[in-house]
Amino acid sequence: MPNSPAVEVAGLVMRYGDKTAVDALDLRVERNTITAVLGPNGAGKTTTLETCEGYRRPHEGTVRVLGLDPINDRKALIPSIGVMLQGQGAWSGVKAMEMLKHIARLHANPLDTDMLADRLGLGDCGSTPYRRLSGGQQQRLGLAMAVVGRPEVVFVDEPTAGMDPQARRATWELLSELREDGVTVVLTTHYMDEAEKLADHIHIVDHGRMVASGTPIELTRGGTATIRLVVTKPFPEGAPASLQAALGPDIEVKPISDTSLLITGPADHTTLATVAAWCEQQGVLPESLNLGQRNLEDVFLELTGRGLAHTAGDTR
Amino acid sequence: MSTGTFTPAPGGAPLARQVLAQASMEARLMARNGEQLLLAVVIPVLVLIGGVEGAKHVSITGISQRPVDEFAPGVLALAVMSTAFTSLAIATGFERRYGVIKRLGASPLPRAGLLLGKVGALLIVETFQVIVLALVGLALGWHPHPGYLGAILGVILGTSAFASLGLFMAGALRAEATLAAANLVYLLLMAGGAVVLPPSAYGAFGHVTEYLPSGALGNTMRSAFQHGDIAGGSLLVLLAWTVVGTVATMRTFQWE
Repeated sequence: MPNSPAVEVAGLVMRYGDKTAVDALDLRVERNTITAVLGPNGAGKTTTLETCEGYRRPHEGTVRVLGLDPINDRKALIPSIGVMLQGQGAWSGVKAMEMLKHIARLHANPLDTDMLADRLGLGDCGSTPYRRLSGGQQQRLGLAMAVVGRPEVVFVDEPTAGMDPQARRATWELLSELREDGVTVVLTTHYMDEAEKLADHIHIVDHGRMVASGTPIELTRGGTATIRLVVTKPFPEGAPASLQAALGPDIEVKPISDTSLLITGPADHTTLATVAAWCEQQGVLPESLNLGQRNLEDVFLELTGRGLAHTAGDTR
Repeated sequence: MSTGTFTPAPGGAPLARQVLAQASMEARLMARNGEQLLLAVVIPVLVLIGGVEGAKHVSITGISQRPVDEFAPGVLALAVMSTAFTSLAIATGFERRYGVIKRLGASPLPRAGLLLGKVGALLIVETFQVIVLALVGLALGWHPHPGYLGAILGVILGTSAFASLGLFMAGALRAEATLAAANLVYLLLMAGGAVVLPPSAYGAFGHVTEYLPSGALGNTMRSAFQHGDIAGGSLLVLLAWTVVGTVATMRTFQWE
């Protein structure tokens, strides 16, 4: 179905015993994008991905990938998706390249395995048995296996967990190139920088619920940000009030000294332009303009009441 | 859209090619595994040589043929049992444990293709075993009286029966438990299952062993290579075990 979105999840509920792992989750992924599902461990990220991959049957709600039901239309769908599991997925005695070539042989038009291995830095460990590969090498092999069949959509679960910075960069480059070539990438992560740098869309999930969605800019703008303005000579009389009037009631202007002000509100283009115009009008020259832009980490903290850094350590 | 390196071109290879790839992959992995090779070739060869040599010094009751003519078909049956049951169960148990089956579940290879691939791998390994054991047997003076149809039917039904039972075990138990149990069952059947020695060597218990898959497989091979016969009753016993094993596997097997 060429016009359907890459992924469409509506009202997904998944339970393990008494525990609700995914709670009425909606998720839409447009084609040709990189979409990050961000959340702490136990948020329901992997479970959601596994229903998209056809491993789990939704307890409630519907899941469609490329317009197909991952369970009932499994046969039609499976060749079109690539899956990177969270760890393992290979025989312990199989050599790295042998495994990649085996997966390639199951597909009609696989990628060149040597090129792919080279791109992901697997050339050196091609004849190493899987059990002797480092965690990062196993991850890279898992990614290679996910994309070797030239899928339309790839699902990658924590792709860079355990990777060194160089491997992480290579992975990001590969995922970006996949999108440029028309592949849709859905990844889970609990790395803020990964989501912020790589993704076109970010969905923040906590306790099985979607708590926020948007582009990285949308998510980090619009909340509380600060601008600290310092000028070279004292402000004229009534300056804070006139700036307050120019910025409107959504933004708070607080005098700190006779040469500095703290502006609290969305630090977007409009706010900055207004502050600059006001300075010109008042005949003052800004000496410094410090933006305290909030990042994804702050957004996450506000939404979930806890930081990701503390939850990231106990993942496997 | 211009074509890039990763431009989607999804699709599965033709099923026959996928099955062939899976069969050769699994056969290679079995051949590489020292422990499985021990089970597949070294133990049957040692049993054959040991049995023939031992019979020169100790008389074995209940056998009617020359020792080598009695033991050679028996070790062929033992070889089939070791591969189709023990090796398959252990390999499948660890495939579940290491997420291999889960990973393959996201590839174009369908489950039927995976099973066919496993059967193909078993047949490849068994062919190799039969060649080695036949050569050793002939070197020891074996005079087979080959009934090829009976032997081939025996290998096919014996493989089906043991493979279905092996998969049942691998699907029901954890990998370590499968490893232990599959080896234990193999040893028990080798010693007491009328596979290498005929049921007549087990006295009164002999009649029971004819209904074990091991005894039935041993009998089909002995009938085929000693008299050129097709052991219909034993083949039926193997068929019955195949049905039991398949139903049990279908009811309990979990891919993960």
